[in-house]
Amino acid sequence: MKTLLIGEYREGKLLESTYELLSFAAQLNADTAMLLVGSESQLPAYAGTLYLADIATCGEYNPDLHKKLILDAVQKENPDCIVFLHSSYGWDLAPRVAAALKAAQISEVIANLDGGFEVGCCNAKMRRTVKSTTARTVITIQAGAFPVLQPGGSPAVQKLTADSSGNLEFIGYEPAEKKDVDLAKAEVIVTAGRGIGKKDNVPVIQALARALGGELGASRPVVDAGWVEHSHQVGTTGQTVSPKLYIACGVSGAIQHLAGMKKSDFIIAINKDKDAPIGEVADVLVVADVMQFVPALTAKVAK
Amino acid sequence: MKLLVCIKQVPDLESRFKPDATGTWFSETDLAFRMNEYDEYAVEQAVRLREQLGDSCELTVLSIGPDRVVEAIKKALAMGCDNAAHIQDNAASSKDPWQIAATIAAYAKDKGFDIIFTGMQSQDRGSAQVGVTVAELLGIACTTTIVGFACDSGTITAKRELEGGIKGVVKLKTPALVTCQLGLNVPRYPTLPNIMKAKKKEIIAIPVGDLLKEEALAITASFHPPAKKGGGIVLEGDVADLVEKVIAILKDKTAVLR
Ligand SMILES: Cc1cc2nc3c(=O)[nH]c(=O)nc-3n(C[C@H](O)[C@H](O)[C@H](O)COP(=O)(O)OP(=O)(O)OC[C@H]3O[C@@H](n4cnc5c(N)ncnc54)[C@H](O)[C@@H]3O)c2cc1C
Repeated sequence: MKTLLIGEYREGKLLESTYELLSFAAQLNADTAMLLVGSESQLPAYAGTLYLADIATCGEYNPDLHKKLILDAVQKENPDCIVFLHSSYGWDLAPRVAAALKAAQISEVIANLDGGFEVGCCNAKMRRTVKSTTARTVITIQAGAFPVLQPGGSPAVQKLTADSSGNLEFIGYEPAEKKDVDLAKAEVIVTAGRGIGKKDNVPVIQALARALGGELGASRPVVDAGWVEHSHQVGTTGQTVSPKLYIACGVSGAIQHLAGMKKSDFIIAINKDKDAPIGEVADVLVVADVMQFVPALTAKVAK
Repeated sequence: MKLLVCIKQVPDLESRFKPDATGTWFSETDLAFRMNEYDEYAVEQAVRLREQLGDSCELTVLSIGPDRVVEAIKKALAMGCDNAAHIQDNAASSKDPWQIAATIAAYAKDKGFDIIFTGMQSQDRGSAQVGVTVAELLGIACTTTIVGFACDSGTITAKRELEGGIKGVVKLKTPALVTCQLGLNVPRYPTLPNIMKAKKKEIIAIPVGDLLKEEALAITASFHPPAKKGGGIVLEGDVADLVEKVIAILKDKTAVLR
């Protein structure tokens, strides 16, 4: 088995998640080569073949050009699997490579099994085992599902270049919105999820946060709906937190939310659905209606 | 300008899922279906552009699936799409993303759509492949996970959402496809007059066999619940009792109550 791993750069830096690809390949017992659009000043600590394209000329986001680079490396390496992270870079680029090769793509893999690759579905409530029927397979792996593996050493660099078709132009980055609260410093976070029902109920969650001397957190739909400001959002596109106590109120536990809070010391979830995936990371799952349970708890805590 | 928006009907994600007889997808018994959340943002954005451009613009909504998906199509028509294509497929859930994309591309080919909108992924499968693959099959520009969209004389300016909340600004020349992320806009609720008007809009039915000539590239071997990791405790019962138990746990296991 041979894999071609596609590493990632963001804002001029090699992303540490690139090393998750190496542990995925190690689990498959596969030979590896890596491709990176990056720079020679920051190479991954890994002693294999590295196809390197220059970030200054190829850009960080130029999917058409990056696709051509990968296809070139596929020609040279003849890999069985081409592996990306399931990230804003990977899910954008992987289907382009798969379509060009007419290869099966398996998205957001969380484990290798004998019978195929395991992926989540139904908002993380269920799993599927998926098999490829094509000679080559394109895979994206879930962020954080495979541990970081830094083998050390320096790669044998082979340089690549390609031209772009130019139907897409990357203008630049816009920074994340300013924070009015630093959730990373909070010892207690009480998070409002969509299960709170409406904006008028936010103060109920806020009151519990206050009674416990903590901050208000929010899941993404609560922020998107304008109930709570973005600076309170927990998850991959918000903040990553690890307070002493995290209370999730009406949060289902989608992977993008879990990624931002699963390292909390103690997690309590309040959900009317006993099967909600938040139960997988919660120390205590309280099966109840948030709007009944939370005010009652706040009253007791305040005493 | 010609616009296309592709939508999927998915089950309510708060439901309980059980494998069907094939053991490769869920049983539809007792499930309620609705429009995929990501696609609601796609429909809203397409309708806004349609309104901005006026009657020189035509907006088609497309969905693949059994007859129940007509409900989702009707909602999109009531939100402001002009007409619809229902690609009839009772076995849509057994198709892989490649086949779904190939079906859409076969429909869209030669129709001259300037912009195609899709959700970034479906809530039930979450493969995040169909939109990009359609663009590749049609050979048009594409960007994904957009949380900002503007279109001016054939150029789209889109904001892609990246990890940690930073955004990447991208310009694309039409024809192009964009996949829409949560929070792109605030999808409207169809009003009663618009629901009535939508009843007169045309829904063309096309059997999937007329469009799909491709075999699946990936197959689902099994659909099952996750292995329980255990660990956590589950508390059920009367609210007053639950509160007492949680207070006791907070005192015992955390330092926040003393
Ligand atoms: C690229 C990308 C990035 C993302 N980034 C983030 C991110 O940073 N943060 C984030 O949170 N999400 C993020 N998401 C969205 C994520 O996938 C989920 O859609 C989101 O986390 C769901 O939020 P929720 O749990 O509040 O809502 P839902 O999934 O709708 O869950 C609501 C829950 O409340 C429960 N409930 C309902 N009513 C009650 C009641 N009365 N009492 C008790 N419980 C009740 C339900 O059982 C359900 O479990 C991202 C998605 C993508 C694709």
